[in-house]
Amino acid sequence: MDAMLHISTLHYLVLGAALFLLGVIGVLTRRNVVIVLMSIELILNAVNLNLVALSRYWQGMPARLGGGAQALHGQVFAIFVITDAAAEAAVGLGILIAFFRNKETVNVDEVNLLKW
Amino acid sequence: MGPGFTSVDYMMALPVTLLALFALGVLLIDLMLPDEMKWFNAITAFIGVLFSAYAAVRFDLFLRSRDWPYAFGFMYTMLVDHFALYFFYLFLAGTAIAILMSVSYLETEHENHGEYYALMLLSVAGMMCMAAGFDVVLIFIGLELMAISTYVLVGFLRRDRRSNEAALKYLLLGAFSSGIFAYGLSLLYGLTGSTNLYQIGGHLPQILQSGPYKPVAIIALVTTLTGLLFKIAAIPFHQWAPDAYEGAPTSITGFMSVAVKAAGWAMLLRILGFSYNFNGHILFWGLLPMRSIYIPLLVFVAVATMTGANFAALTQTNTKRLLAYSSIAHVGYMLLGLIAGTATDFNPDGIKGILIYLLVYTFMNLGAFGVITSLRHRNIVGDELDDLNGLYSRAPVEAVLMLVFMLSLAGIPPLAGFWGKYFIFLSLIESGHYVLAALGVLYSVFGLYYYLKIANAMFMRQPEKGEEHLPVSYAMRAALAVTGFATLFIGIMPNRFIELAGWALNLAQNPSMAKLVQ
Repeated sequence: MDAMLHISTLHYLVLGAALFLLGVIGVLTRRNVVIVLMSIELILNAVNLNLVALSRYWQGMPARLGGGAQALHGQVFAIFVITDAAAEAAVGLGILIAFFRNKETVNVDEVNLLKW
Repeated sequence: MGPGFTSVDYMMALPVTLLALFALGVLLIDLMLPDEMKWFNAITAFIGVLFSAYAAVRFDLFLRSRDWPYAFGFMYTMLVDHFALYFFYLFLAGTAIAILMSVSYLETEHENHGEYYALMLLSVAGMMCMAAGFDVVLIFIGLELMAISTYVLVGFLRRDRRSNEAALKYLLLGAFSSGIFAYGLSLLYGLTGSTNLYQIGGHLPQILQSGPYKPVAIIALVTTLTGLLFKIAAIPFHQWAPDAYEGAPTSITGFMSVAVKAAGWAMLLRILGFSYNFNGHILFWGLLPMRSIYIPLLVFVAVATMTGANFAALTQTNTKRLLAYSSIAHVGYMLLGLIAGTATDFNPDGIKGILIYLLVYTFMNLGAFGVITSLRHRNIVGDELDDLNGLYSRAPVEAVLMLVFMLSLAGIPPLAGFWGKYFIFLSLIESGHYVLAALGVLYSVFGLYYYLKIANAMFMRQPEKGEEHLPVSYAMRAALAVTGFATLFIGIMPNRFIELAGWALNLAQNPSMAKLVQ
């Protein structure tokens, strides 16, 4: 019973991969720029989930393999990724507003002034 | 309890720190300047670049005085060696010329704000972190600092729809590729338990040999490589480049095509990890143990890039877009150098070719964009091919310079561009890639057609009526003089610069490599 309830690192990684794929599919198929930006956030959150779960995994490893209580690289990296996601969202929405002022649309299909 | 940084740590970070400080300084000074004094921001930014270059030279001399080939800092996250210093100089030279090009251009566009120069300096700070990063965290943060600053710069002409659109496309694709790249890095961390490139390189061979995690390693490689190839705009990840180049302010297009591209290459070389010679010891790091998997991918990407970009360039009617495709084609040639440089254990010729290529490319491409920037006046945008018609009768000096840049980009012998191609094709032949070398030469001849199309417009066609002499500012004249002189000088006297590229790879001390320098 206990073994069934135990959530291993693998579960987190599978969830992370699923989030990543959802984000990629969202970027490639959705037509609304705001939703595309949300999908990019989803990808970055998959990265964070991976990093934190793997950091936890390496903390449980013996120190001679590079593990131990000090093995916090992944969690530090995750904090940087969170900051980066915030900066990207701020700049993204700013550019979207500038675009919307001139064009009155948030549909990717109408972003079509520049081609070939 | 602090980690105990020494003064060497702070010295090696000084070029980056100074740029960040000057960027903040530009923002503050901008608030106090009246509208007609905005050119002062360019001077502040230029001084910032000079200070940063001085700090880099100081650290260079410090390394020489201690006889160290490299120095680690900040708990092995930063590695300043000759390679990093070479890229520091390259970024700073490109930025200084781009600042000179921007002064009168921004006045014509009525978008003369201090943020422009501040963002430029911040993006260079990011580039330096990419070139000197030895830890994927620092490389990723440097990449994002550069990329986010550049998104805003591309959309800097707020009232121009093309600029808005270019920024939006660049942001969406750039952020998407950064996400994929970060996912690859997170998997690499999971596999090796470290974010340090040396540790990653050390653990990978074991993982590749003993089975169960090999598929994960391949997914990590493919996602990381996707992110890297996106940043240097290789086909099939190039879609953002022509749009961003066409819509961006022309001075920023020049800046992006040299500095941002060079930074992408610095990061790519660091992470794919060519083998490296420190006083006879051959070191490797990063993803080099996986080269048997990534070299076939790179061959495919290089051939696709050269083919796609050269054919797409043929049909262009916009000069900026044409040069965007030309710059993608140049990425294809440089990728050939990377294939030659990583295919065998220690063959630095291909990598050296890339470094020389990036050096000459900085001057010739910035020069070409400088000429296009100077065409922008009053109500004429000047980026269509037809706007170049009869340039020879309107501005003979600029037309001749443009011809020099075009011939150099095509790789005609007495000019700088020839040497970049020469070393790359030489390294391909040395490492036995005859078919790739033949393809590369074939496509460079092919490229001559669209470069001469520009020359044809300038010299053979009649100017439209009512066109008088172009007003060219002194700053722009200085930028064109420097780039034109460098293109000719490197072409005629390449020895010094070839030695410089060898120095960047630490080849000079090695006698068996010294003959390659000749």
